[in-house]
Amino acid sequence: MSFPLLTVTAALPAVGAIATAAVPAARRTVAKWLALLVSLATLALAVTVLVRFDPGGDRYQLTESHSWIADFGVRYELGVDGIAVALIALTALLIPFIILAGWHDADPLETGSSRWRPTQGFFALILAVEAMVIISFEATDVFLFYIFFEAMLIPLYFLIGGFGDRAHQHGEKTAATQRSYAAVKFLLYNLAGGLIMLAAVIGLYVVAGSFSLTEIAQARASGELDMATSTERWLFLGFFFAFAVKAPLFPLHTWLPNAMGESTAPVAVLITAVVDKVGTFAMLRFCLQLFPEASKWATPVVLVLAVVSIIYGALLAVGQRDIKRLIAYASISHFGFIIMGIFAMTSQGQSGATLYMVNHGISTAVLMLIAGFLISRRGSRLIADFGGVQKVAPVLAGTFLIGGLATLSLPGLAPFVSEFLVLVGTFTRYPVIGIIATLGIVLAALYTLVLYQRTMTGPVKPEVSAMPDLRVRELVVVAPLVALLIFLGVFPKPVTDIVNPAVEQTMSDVHKKDPQPEVEAAK
Amino acid sequence: MSATAVHSLWTTAAATAADPIGKIDAPKIEYGQLAPTLIIIGAAVLGILAEAFVPRRSRYYAQMFLSVVALIAAFAAVVALAAGGHGTTKAGIAAMGAIAVDGPALFLQGTILLVALVGLFTFAERRLDPEAHGNRVDSFAAQAAAVPGSESEQRAVKAGFTTTEVFPLLLFAVAGMLVFPAANDLLTLFVALEVLSLPLYLLCALARRKRLMSQEAAVKYFLLGAFASAFTLFGIALLYGYAGSMSYGTIAQVVDGTVPEVTPALAGTMGNDALLLVGSALLVMGLLFKVGAVPFHMWTPDVYQGAPTPVTGFMAAATKVAAFGALLRILYVVLPGLRWDWRPVMWGVAIVTMLAGAIVAITQTDIKRLLAYSSIAHAGFILAGVIATTPEGISSVLFYLAAYSFVTIGAFAVVTLVRDAGGEATHLSKWAGLGRRSPLVAAVFAVFLLAFAGIPLTSGFSGKFAVFKAAAEGGAAPLVVIGVISSAIAAFFYIRVIVLMFFSEPRPEGPTVAVPSPLTMTAIGVGVAVTVVLGVAPQYFLDLAGQAGVFVR
Repeated sequence: MSFPLLTVTAALPAVGAIATAAVPAARRTVAKWLALLVSLATLALAVTVLVRFDPGGDRYQLTESHSWIADFGVRYELGVDGIAVALIALTALLIPFIILAGWHDADPLETGSSRWRPTQGFFALILAVEAMVIISFEATDVFLFYIFFEAMLIPLYFLIGGFGDRAHQHGEKTAATQRSYAAVKFLLYNLAGGLIMLAAVIGLYVVAGSFSLTEIAQARASGELDMATSTERWLFLGFFFAFAVKAPLFPLHTWLPNAMGESTAPVAVLITAVVDKVGTFAMLRFCLQLFPEASKWATPVVLVLAVVSIIYGALLAVGQRDIKRLIAYASISHFGFIIMGIFAMTSQGQSGATLYMVNHGISTAVLMLIAGFLISRRGSRLIADFGGVQKVAPVLAGTFLIGGLATLSLPGLAPFVSEFLVLVGTFTRYPVIGIIATLGIVLAALYTLVLYQRTMTGPVKPEVSAMPDLRVRELVVVAPLVALLIFLGVFPKPVTDIVNPAVEQTMSDVHKKDPQPEVEAAK
Repeated sequence: MSATAVHSLWTTAAATAADPIGKIDAPKIEYGQLAPTLIIIGAAVLGILAEAFVPRRSRYYAQMFLSVVALIAAFAAVVALAAGGHGTTKAGIAAMGAIAVDGPALFLQGTILLVALVGLFTFAERRLDPEAHGNRVDSFAAQAAAVPGSESEQRAVKAGFTTTEVFPLLLFAVAGMLVFPAANDLLTLFVALEVLSLPLYLLCALARRKRLMSQEAAVKYFLLGAFASAFTLFGIALLYGYAGSMSYGTIAQVVDGTVPEVTPALAGTMGNDALLLVGSALLVMGLLFKVGAVPFHMWTPDVYQGAPTPVTGFMAAATKVAAFGALLRILYVVLPGLRWDWRPVMWGVAIVTMLAGAIVAITQTDIKRLLAYSSIAHAGFILAGVIATTPEGISSVLFYLAAYSFVTIGAFAVVTLVRDAGGEATHLSKWAGLGRRSPLVAAVFAVFLLAFAGIPLTSGFSGKFAVFKAAAEGGAAPLVVIGVISSAIAAFFYIRVIVLMFFSEPRPEGPTVAVPSPLTMTAIGVGVAVTVVLGVAPQYFLDLAGQAGVFVR
């Protein structure tokens, strides 16, 4: 038996979470360093996965398969394709930065209570989420995926509800109420989505007699498994609903601004850059593979919803007064692009969407984490409370600008490549949708630049005048991410090379070919 | 497909078919196969003698010892019977056709005995209430006969009296529960019903604190329970009139029309469909009362709230196991030929039970009432598995019952720990901020709540998945959809409690968490362990339940 690399990659943060939680109350710093080291070791493992993965090889690699719950037909089956490898790498890459950025976010306000250990809990929960996200990217058994897809809600729920910004413009009491509201809203939305999916998971088993993704996909391709059209559509809807809540897609998006607004910046990054990717990833892996016909059937509606997400999210972002909520609505707009790319059913669209997931993760992390540093300095999330920051903290302002420009997909920065691919991929098949979606870019320029202008330029506000620039720890968080944004913007080939073969296979699952370019016949 | 062929899906021919009542023979009793029940009844009788003859100061230890030994011995007997193949190949009917010894019976008896053992630990807890007159006291009334608020009660409390009668009462209830799902004729069923119910009525009235509420709960339980018993008895009488027999097997044969011989005296009414329909409806009604299904659930919240919490935990867990066992046997062994009649009705009951339990629970402000409504919703989920009418349906219900009962008993054990000056602090507002004060207790309770909510990696999820899968395979897909919808509704109030415990500020005069003796710790520990093990690695237990999926007839 070969070394179970995928299991270890997912298990390491889980073990690390338990170890971190077990650190005694007084040893907060030990817990922090332990969590950071575990996340770095996980990154090393993820890099190993990346290196061992052969883009030209089998569809699922590094597979593991063990019997688990035979009665339910559930197997412990892991395997990664190019898309999963890219997202595992993204996850493992972002977590150390998230931990580092949240270094002081969970320090207890008062010392004295010896049994309440928020710091240990904070970092343990982050590692627990990482473990569950990684294993959901790896699972090729529908049931196994479902279990972790649902279970990751619990640590996230505690992260949102238990830890908020140190200072709040409306005082601690309102903050606590809003926080627990946000946490409950997050959980109820996602749990409802998950339970609907549970019904579909059971239905799939009744129809297919198996939970194995590869087995079902094979049986479907060879025609052994014949699904009635209506059954397939119902099951597709059950799955898609859960993923659309998670992703989130209009009109199921309303939990995201609350969750991102009330949680600390690192947790907000964890939600939008890491966890939400499971939703879009699962659309590619499960919806398209298991229910190709139903996916094609649903395409028009999904595309319309995606475009609505793009425009509506961007419009709401323009109108926000709260920095974190602005970034949340911008993310909703970006998830619209990702979903549009997936359901455009062209190879540019889908590889663009996958690339988009990676790039959006990095660019949002930059923007949100710097916003977090900014907010913790001023003690307010309101845009109106800032002004002229670039004069007092030029490095902070400069990196924030790069993050913002990445969000509006400036050429030369990573998101440009993916957004371009998605738009091209959509345009070749659905020109009208593509054209409307382009409006989203214009609006993105509006909300990011207005945000920058109002907070960073203009006369220096008195409350801002003493604001320190980025500290060493914060620079360590920001600099590598910014470098990566620029590198992938100029040279995206490493990611596309890994992703493209997997995208081709997904395309063949849905029996779609790229539309041939129409060339006017030469006279 | 003929009716008999369908039956063979979930019933096998009995190894020793019982003779129809004709000539009077010397009874032939298989003592070995009845050992679990006999041990418990014997110990209960001994317990009563101990009450009379053992000196007061050593009664507690004598009763504890006797009960623990009896429960473990009975469990060992169940395991021995199962290992000897009585659950599978040698399944048969014992005691002149009165008791079935088969897979479901043994599985449920094993579950009940383990639950009772854990419940016993919470009964025996004596560290939570403050000591009175140098005596450690438990959750039960100092002197049950003393009028609440009277002088004699005050004296009894001051003197630190304790009521060790609860141990034999518990054992008697357990004995009834062991027979209830194994009963193979209607009279045995009824006797078992009474044997399990009467001690429970008494136990409900024995709370040390809030005695009036406890007595009110007992009276409500008794009156409604007596009603339900009367319905059951009436149903039994009508079924006897219909089939001319009390035996499950014979009634089923009459329903199928494959009865070997007709008793001349009953030829007039035999096979009268009105008797059959009304009789079975009344009988099933009585059982639905015991499981707490809507619309026969009215007693549940009051009784769960008023009864001493250890009793509530035991009752919620073990009674449900026994009653669902009996319900399964009635529906699958006696009335399979009637399933086109009862399935639609049970569909309705399951749907209403799931939805009503989940929706009404949202408005509850008392943790015990909340758990009561949650138990109603869970009864609905289990009914979805019952409706499947497949062997997978049976084994999924068995598994769910085992998983659910340990979560329940653990959750109520935690409730006993959260106390203020007035005893247990069951009002939800008092639980605010518990997670800050006692992170461990709150975390354990959160695990139980997540299991109730059916979050993956807990036993609640495995169980829910098992019954929903069985229901979907049995052609009840709409029930599954309603099931997941009500799970989502139910999740809301479980989450609300977690929010309250972890995200709310603790109240200055809030309750404290008592440090229990190892007894309650064991009970809670077992609950958590079973919850996690059945959630992460349920395969072995699913196998057990799967092997136990065939009734003998």
